[in-house]
Amino acid sequence: MLPVIIFIYFALAMTTLSILVITRRNPIHSVLFMLALFFHVAALYLFLNAEFLAAVQVILYAGAILVLFLFVITMLNLKAEIFTDPFIGEWPVSLAIGSSLLLLIFFTLRDFLPGPVGTYTIEMIQRETNTKILGRVLYTEYLFPFEIASLILLIAIVGAMVLAKKKS
Amino acid sequence: MIPLEWYIGLSSIIFMIGAVGFMIRRNLIIMLVCVELMLNAVNISLVAFSHYLQDLRGQIFVFFIITVAAAEAAIGLAILVVLVRNKGVVHTDEITEMKG
Repeated sequence: MLPVIIFIYFALAMTTLSILVITRRNPIHSVLFMLALFFHVAALYLFLNAEFLAAVQVILYAGAILVLFLFVITMLNLKAEIFTDPFIGEWPVSLAIGSSLLLLIFFTLRDFLPGPVGTYTIEMIQRETNTKILGRVLYTEYLFPFEIASLILLIAIVGAMVLAKKKS
Repeated sequence: MIPLEWYIGLSSIIFMIGAVGFMIRRNLIIMLVCVELMLNAVNISLVAFSHYLQDLRGQIFVFFIITVAAAEAAIGLAILVVLVRNKGVVHTDEITEMKG
């Protein structure tokens, strides 16, 4: 019974927070609601036995990406933003498209069949610890994608520097 | 035990809120935030699948998605800064340079 109550709290809180993110007029408020949402997501990862990913979620998303957003918002002067209309004129059309797609997903969800279960049972993960077993899979089976990820980050660093450089 | 369908439902609700927010907002910063919202929704469903199907590949995929999200935020915000410096606008309906 207790897991169901916790899940319902998380579902309600996350839905409310994400609606607040997309409806607030002030961008700072949106980003701060996003911060609260990221902490809820991290807690949900803990609930799903993914301890390392919960830590990564807090450190990387809440600590790095959102701080970058806050930096940019404070750098740009967005005082006029509070007095303008935050939505485009055609917003009912987008809302209709989004809710019909959501209905489509919920109708197909009833016929969902899970695939065969793998070898990493909860007991095994608890015995070996989540971080150790995750590192083993990442550095053996997924070594090549891991190297490509470093290339993506390099391109992002160089691209951001080239874009933000002032023309001399 | 919570059924896996609940997690997929929660993830799709948050994904759709992010998609609708991406479509309805005029501010470019909030549109980038909505992209992060959608990526987080996908992460929730991947971690839930990883837990219920007892396979760690879902959690590995979340790593790569977080990497791509960081790169996307850095480049997107750099483009935004350049746009504001050159044009002085952050609203999507005021950027009409590419219109034929």
